Amino acid sequence: MTRKTIKVGYLARVEGEGSFSVVVRGGKVRSAELSIFEPPRFFEALLRGRDFAEAPDITARICGICPVAYQMSAVHAMENALGVTVDGPLRELRRLLYCGEWIESHALHIYLLHAPDFLGYAGAIDMARDHGEAVRRGLALKKAGNDIMTLLGGREIHPINVRVGGFYCVPRRRELAGLAETLKRARELAAETLDWVAGFDFPDRERDYTFVALAHPEEYPFNQGRIASSRGLDIAADQYEAHFVEHQVARSTALQSRLVDGTSYLVGPLARYALNFDRLPSAVQQAAREAGLGPVCRNPFQSIVVRAVEVLFACDEALRLIDAYQEPERPAVAVTPCAGIGHGATEAPRGLLYHRYRLAADGTIAEARIVPPTSQNQASIEADLAEYVEGFLGLPDDELRHRCEQTVRNYDPCISCATHFLRLELDRD
Amino acid sequence: MANRRATPRLAVWKFASCDGCQLTLLDCEDEFLGLAGAVEIAYFPEATRGQLRGRYDLSLVEGSITTPHDAERIREVRRRSAHLVTIGACATAGGIQGLRNFADVREYAAVVYARPDYIATLATSTPIADHVSVDFELRGCPIAKHQLLEVITAFLAGRRPVTPAHSVCLDCKLRGNVCVMVAHGTPCLGPVTHAGCGALCPAYHRGCYGCYGPQETPNTVSLDPALEALGMDARDRRRVYRTFNAGAPAFREESDRHDP
Repeated sequence: MTRKTIKVGYLARVEGEGSFSVVVRGGKVRSAELSIFEPPRFFEALLRGRDFAEAPDITARICGICPVAYQMSAVHAMENALGVTVDGPLRELRRLLYCGEWIESHALHIYLLHAPDFLGYAGAIDMARDHGEAVRRGLALKKAGNDIMTLLGGREIHPINVRVGGFYCVPRRRELAGLAETLKRARELAAETLDWVAGFDFPDRERDYTFVALAHPEEYPFNQGRIASSRGLDIAADQYEAHFVEHQVARSTALQSRLVDGTSYLVGPLARYALNFDRLPSAVQQAAREAGLGPVCRNPFQSIVVRAVEVLFACDEALRLIDAYQEPERPAVAVTPCAGIGHGATEAPRGLLYHRYRLAADGTIAEARIVPPTSQNQASIEADLAEYVEGFLGLPDDELRHRCEQTVRNYDPCISCATHFLRLELDRD
Repeated sequence: MANRRATPRLAVWKFASCDGCQLTLLDCEDEFLGLAGAVEIAYFPEATRGQLRGRYDLSLVEGSITTPHDAERIREVRRRSAHLVTIGACATAGGIQGLRNFADVREYAAVVYARPDYIATLATSTPIADHVSVDFELRGCPIAKHQLLEVITAFLAGRRPVTPAHSVCLDCKLRGNVCVMVAHGTPCLGPVTHAGCGALCPAYHRGCYGCYGPQETPNTVSLDPALEALGMDARDRRRVYRTFNAGAPAFREESDRHDP
């Protein structure tokens, strides 16, 4: 019997470096492993000895795709440690900034990374030859998200305007007027996006996920809410470590996160949507229904539709925030360093992002812990991969490899975040 | 060259980094499809699973060297690239992960990982130019979109990119910003930091924090008393230079001066 191994240099169209391997024996998948060999950068170690105020700028550098998420979880954790509450217009501006990142990151994934899988192209550049209008629409939508980040954050990648307590500088109402015009157009593009992706062919496939996301009584969550699951978990952010544990596996520079009972769970758009559907504005709920979604979606392939729903929501929410905006008296709440422990959990485009810091009396960081969304999803991705591959073992290696890649891309993994890309090793007898 | 191709082949490589600088290419929303017409995107895994083997006319390299495997891989990239440009603070100065150069990497690994022995890493994070010859370095954490487009345009035109090496201070004057240091008493690295961002932080009432690394001839020693007078103690003055460009010689030397 010949043993077969396929290697792929890099799993493309994901952020970061990793591989996956599938071992097949006697027609059965013995194991499916996602390996992450993104070089470790040791953020939790290098943050020690830094000032609390430096955390948002330093942790932003964990990920160029979702720097706002890192900045938000960092500032909330610090404010929690320092006993400061940021509310009113400053809180609303944070939500607006997050809308920008969701629109940018989701539009990137929908159009440039994910849609080529459904339409049969190697990437968006090839896709643009036949679907030029769609790719241009995606780029325009992505740019609208970046416009929010540029205005509010100073730049798209690693914004400079976020600080513990609020911002360095807040916009005038009239500065936001131009942005509102851009977003009204983006809202139309988002609705067209939802129509477009809803028409893709989706394999009929459902997974029994345990969804985990923030849940908030009134809002679709960005910065605030309790950590909830589809199996009844309902905890404050400071209880996170009592319910979730990280494991290290030899093949990966990312730590894998599981529930304390050892089971895997899923964070990200599918989880947020399932746990917060009724907090979406009715127009967005209606649009989701017209796109063929119920209040819960368990099909990983349809995550592209859920992302499109979230983009539509983020456009509406941004417009609402701009309309209601009142210029705050001061750009930030004053903070005074003190000893303490602070927890922060916010919704990165890819899902729950948890930070914890222990501070010394002078505000120096003594200890830092960061759990990114992709570490949390790794176990679910592997389980999905193992089950999915088994159904297609008859396919030629090339095609099987492509399907495996698609399975992984459904989760929009950000390997830079998890440290922690992808090479396929298919080992079958 | 005998077999010069009509359309130059572009490759984008990643080493230890946050992916932000290569994302800058995808953030050129208005220019991206035009660019894809002007060059053949031969290797760019973040954007496409299509890969063309062989040699590349222009390689953009993001990230720093932190593992034995990457130290080998960059040599291969150099060998296959006619023109190699490093993009961003990780590739040009070692990045924020370069803070390990001031610490013990084994201790760092033990803080993050239960089994540090599973982790293959070098004791240092070093810029690409420490390993192979580099044709041009583009600064910034992250790089600026307009400068990236300038680098590619200049390459296509066969000229040297124009990216001024003066300080953020000068850009502030050009932008008409009020000096945050003089007017608000806010400490600022603008006088010693390489231009490129467009004097962003001062425009947002914040002091520059050095994302673009040192300007061509920085006088950090002369800036020092001003930072001290504005309330930064020795530890603050050490930390402010030990961020994304901590490995750039001028910033490293200045931070070392404030070691206890």
